[in-house]
Amino acid sequence: MILKKSTKLILTTVLIAVALVLVFLLDKGVIGSSYTVRIVRLSFIYALIGVSMNLVNGFTGLFSLGQAGFMAIGAYTVGVLTIPVELRPNVYYMKPMANWLINIDIPFGFALLLGGLFAAIFAALIGAPVLRLKSDYLAIATLGFSEIIRAVIANNQLGAITNGSLGLKSIPGFDNLFVPVLISVAGVGIMALMIKSTYGRAFKAIREDEIAAEAMGINLFKHKELSFAVSAFFAGIGGGLLAVHLTAVDSNQFKIMVTYEILLIIVLGGMGSITGTCIAAFAITAGKEWLRFFDSALYIGQWQVPLFRPGLRMVIFSLLLMAIVLFYRKGLMGTKEFSWDAIFTFFYNLKNKVMRIGNKSLKGGASNE
Amino acid sequence: MSNSENVLRVSNVTVQFGGVVALKDLNLEVNKGEIIGLIGPNGAGKTTAFNAITGVYAPTNGAIYLNEELMSSNYPSKKMLALYAGGNLGKYDKRIAPTPDVIAKKGIARTFQNIRLFKNLTVFENVLIAKHMTVKADPFSATFMLNAAEEKRIRQESLELLKILGLERVKDDISTSLPYGKQRHLEIARALATKPQLLLLDEPAAGMNPQESDELMHFVARVKDDFNLSILMIEHHMQVVMGVCSRIYVLDYGVTIASGNPKEIQNDPKVIEAYLGVDE
Amino acid sequence: MDVTTFFQNCVTGISLGSAYALIAIGYTMVYGILRLINFAHGDIFMMAGYFTIFAISNFFMPWYLAIPFVILATVVLGVAIEKAAYKPLREAPRMSIMISAIGVSFLLENLATYLFSGLPRSFPKLGFLQNVYKIGDVSAPIVTFITPVITIGLLFVLIYLVNHTKMGMAMRAVSKDYEASRLMGIEINTIITITFVIGSALAAVGAILYFSPRPLVYPFSGVMPGLKCFVAAVIGGIGSIPGAVIGGFAIGISETFLVALFPSMTGYSDAFTFVLLIIMLVFRPTGLLGENITEKV
Repeated sequence: MILKKSTKLILTTVLIAVALVLVFLLDKGVIGSSYTVRIVRLSFIYALIGVSMNLVNGFTGLFSLGQAGFMAIGAYTVGVLTIPVELRPNVYYMKPMANWLINIDIPFGFALLLGGLFAAIFAALIGAPVLRLKSDYLAIATLGFSEIIRAVIANNQLGAITNGSLGLKSIPGFDNLFVPVLISVAGVGIMALMIKSTYGRAFKAIREDEIAAEAMGINLFKHKELSFAVSAFFAGIGGGLLAVHLTAVDSNQFKIMVTYEILLIIVLGGMGSITGTCIAAFAITAGKEWLRFFDSALYIGQWQVPLFRPGLRMVIFSLLLMAIVLFYRKGLMGTKEFSWDAIFTFFYNLKNKVMRIGNKSLKGGASNE
Repeated sequence: MSNSENVLRVSNVTVQFGGVVALKDLNLEVNKGEIIGLIGPNGAGKTTAFNAITGVYAPTNGAIYLNEELMSSNYPSKKMLALYAGGNLGKYDKRIAPTPDVIAKKGIARTFQNIRLFKNLTVFENVLIAKHMTVKADPFSATFMLNAAEEKRIRQESLELLKILGLERVKDDISTSLPYGKQRHLEIARALATKPQLLLLDEPAAGMNPQESDELMHFVARVKDDFNLSILMIEHHMQVVMGVCSRIYVLDYGVTIASGNPKEIQNDPKVIEAYLGVDE
Repeated sequence: MDVTTFFQNCVTGISLGSAYALIAIGYTMVYGILRLINFAHGDIFMMAGYFTIFAISNFFMPWYLAIPFVILATVVLGVAIEKAAYKPLREAPRMSIMISAIGVSFLLENLATYLFSGLPRSFPKLGFLQNVYKIGDVSAPIVTFITPVITIGLLFVLIYLVNHTKMGMAMRAVSKDYEASRLMGIEINTIITITFVIGSALAAVGAILYFSPRPLVYPFSGVMPGLKCFVAAVIGGIGSIPGAVIGGFAIGISETFLVALFPSMTGYSDAFTFVLLIIMLVFRPTGLLGENITEKV
């Protein structure tokens, strides 16, 4: 079914309006609780980070496992620069903050941009040696760099800047839902625009067939660098948002496991689909909360159901990932994006199917076919 | 029918991998408006020649000129020299090895022996992508749609191209859903989208029956005229080669064993021996 | 650094290196045949550690029964993983099977956290292995001295197997050309299973030798050693068994000496391994003993 352009425009506007209203209501506390607000906020942040990873892995076809490292750079940049000056000696109690840093207090927005920028610069630097590698080696190399970043951040030698293994706290948090949602949506939007542009097509060409892409005039290295750096930029911004959301960060939050979890999100959603990643981000963040149910003992009357104890949640998660990888490799959306046509066609077909079944049962055994 | 305007000159090009000499001292010329054939048994080095011309491999020795200007050149490294299969060392002392995208931008386009389409993308996207290198917009402008005019232009040009090649009706189909013959046409359309002056076709008639290869022959000749190209073609289908090429080079085990016009080649005993019967 | 400390570190480094070597062999063999980085290999090593704890502390097996039990259990685990998670994806694009390997790693780590709790468990004494032995001024648990011996011994057995038996020849054929081997009638499934059997068995031995002098096991015990051993395999030349051993020793020894000479850099010792990897990949991607594979266009 193909709808008129005007119809689709109206539908999209209505959808966005409804979403905005929901966010507004959540923000003001009219619906949901502060717990819901936190989940929604976290989902938006993970959607941003997921799309950033999908840009490189799903759309450009490069197997990069370095997302956690870029998130860490963004998170720490924001953390270090936005902790209120008067609280800094409190946080940096083992090793005082560096003199040149201690009075620098930057508004959140700038710190966030700076975080993304640093992440992008770092990505561009390591891209030079690393992007020329074959996919398997690229994976390990990016993984390695992610760990190197973590080691550097956690190291007490640099405690004057990063506070070493103590981590950062007292980061001023979000007092609303609107700002992080806006930033997340803007980020995803920009990446979506890039993918729709001629450069996005070039990325897809590289994913499909590098050699043919090169033969058609696409400079592999430049385009891979572009994809990698942009992805790192938004991962850094995501990391920064995460730092503010949690009001505290430390290097243990950026272990390789985090990259694996984001990988789960993009695989679940479909590695070539932005919509898929966003949906998956919400599904998994919300699902994780709902699955906490599995982590505590469950009693039916007097009887304790076996298996229900801490850790079950993550096991179920891991099994979910394996199931998708083995049986639903394309994920939820494959490479398709959201389209009204698809939705209406789906319901139209559904309606026809239901009607046909209804008619058949009415006719009964009257005719042999 | 060739004028003396030389488009491509391959001069003493050797391609050697370790101990294996894939191509030895190839000397080849394509002049403006010609269709040149490159034939030989499997493994003779024909695709290697293509790869050397388009920059996939850097030549181990020799030079390649485009429109009389030096495009790539190399000389054997010390390690290679010890293994080197002899031949003309040439007076090249510079290593100039542009990557394939640079060479594509200079005006050499190609198709591949095993069809390398962008499999999961549509017919239209396949051609659009080839236009990417002509877009004068940096990533920022392209993302924020500040280059709307360029985008419109390449879409229009791509659509035109698909129309000329009879592919517009399937433009939104996934490229691999097309029948085999149409896929080959698409690959050629994609190459043409880069507005080349020299088109390298690697076995365009592979897998086609005699009727289809006949059609292809006419198609190639038409494309050459309509798009003002010069063509270098690898083929095994002899009636295509003999029918449309003005000159032919024959390779065997990396060495050129004959070159000349179709009649001369058909009667050359060395060629007949290499192929054990030329007519198919 | 005085002579005694130097020799002490040598012993520790060589011992660590040989444990790494055993694990690295597993990586290199699987990569050689399947072109797959078995991200789960480090976690198989970790599970072997837990199996040992159970065998001795829970089932009260004597050490001469526990060791074969652990090796068997680890082999069963490794083969099960291959059949369940890798075999179905053999025809799929490369990224899928790698994601599967990551998924298995993820699953094993979470499973271990669930089953054994995230708190470190102590690795039991295996008979005489932890008794301290002294050579001159250098003292270390017996296991530290016998680890290199066992490793070299196993290496020779393996080299004999690969170069002088029919099965070994089949393995070499499969790693050189998968398709052709199939056409020649080589039972691919058997060869792959055997590869995983050997890799897992070696990982189990490696785990016993690794954890004996470092008796704490927790669910993420396999992460760093796993990555480091993959680096070792790359440094030695991926696909080459002797290379993996050389890589393992290289990393074990350099890591030990780095920490000994620059104690302040302890936090960087893991990062150091990765720096080595990057340098290797940039300057000599085929590793020390590896082979060049050119792609046909």
